[in-house]
Amino acid sequence: MTQTAKPADRPLSPHVFIYRWPLASLLSITHRITGIGLTIGTLLLTSWIVSATHGGDSYAAFTAFIGSPFGYFLLLGFSLALFYHLCNGIRHLFWDAGMNFEIAQTNSGNWLVLSGTVVLTAAAWLLALM
Amino acid sequence: MFAHYNLRTPLGRARGLGSATEGLHHWWAQRLTALALIPLTVWFVAAVVGLAGSDYEQFVNWLSTPYNASAMILFLGVSFHHAQLGMQVVIEDYVGNHGWRIGTIVVVKFICCGLGALGIVSTLIVTFGV
Repeated sequence: MTQTAKPADRPLSPHVFIYRWPLASLLSITHRITGIGLTIGTLLLTSWIVSATHGGDSYAAFTAFIGSPFGYFLLLGFSLALFYHLCNGIRHLFWDAGMNFEIAQTNSGNWLVLSGTVVLTAAAWLLALM
Repeated sequence: MFAHYNLRTPLGRARGLGSATEGLHHWWAQRLTALALIPLTVWFVAAVVGLAGSDYEQFVNWLSTPYNASAMILFLGVSFHHAQLGMQVVIEDYVGNHGWRIGTIVVVKFICCGLGALGIVSTLIVTFGV
């Protein structure tokens, strides 16, 4: 005979979805998400080179697709993910070397990675479209 | 009563459940490929920015130099190696069911190897003349 336990009338520990995420946690999961995105994005990279093996028409078809609004959308996502994963990856290598573990360094690193991503993406697009 | 009957000794059952000691190699390979991808990514972004708006002939000429072809092959090979190592860690962390976990890892690794081979062979075809 089991009795249904009355819900305890005391505060519960915050669940991961209720808890306000520190920026560092958000950036940590973003590293994995961008990694998965970049892995899928390699389809784009491979099709670019494969299209060239089929001759000029096929290469032109690929560049036309990339030049379309949807192609630009994919390229923007790919470049943002690439620069984010690059910047945050460099930070991970410093951590692996045992450096920058202080909270102040982590906090400044968060903003360094985010601004680095935006600046590098903007610079690449400006240079490419000029 | 015989449900717990087992010919294997308690020690025999406990053995082999610990570390497979392969973790260090995986960890090291992921960091080494990450380090190599820093200059390769810078090269790749600079190349794509430089190639923006170029036609088929310009692309083939660009990929026909030994430096660009070598860098492209390295970028592809190291990227796919890094991708399959990273994807394996993500799958191991989030896919709970043992069968699904092994199955997804195998499929992702096979796809990465296949796309890597396709990209590298396509680069060689473009380099040596379509």
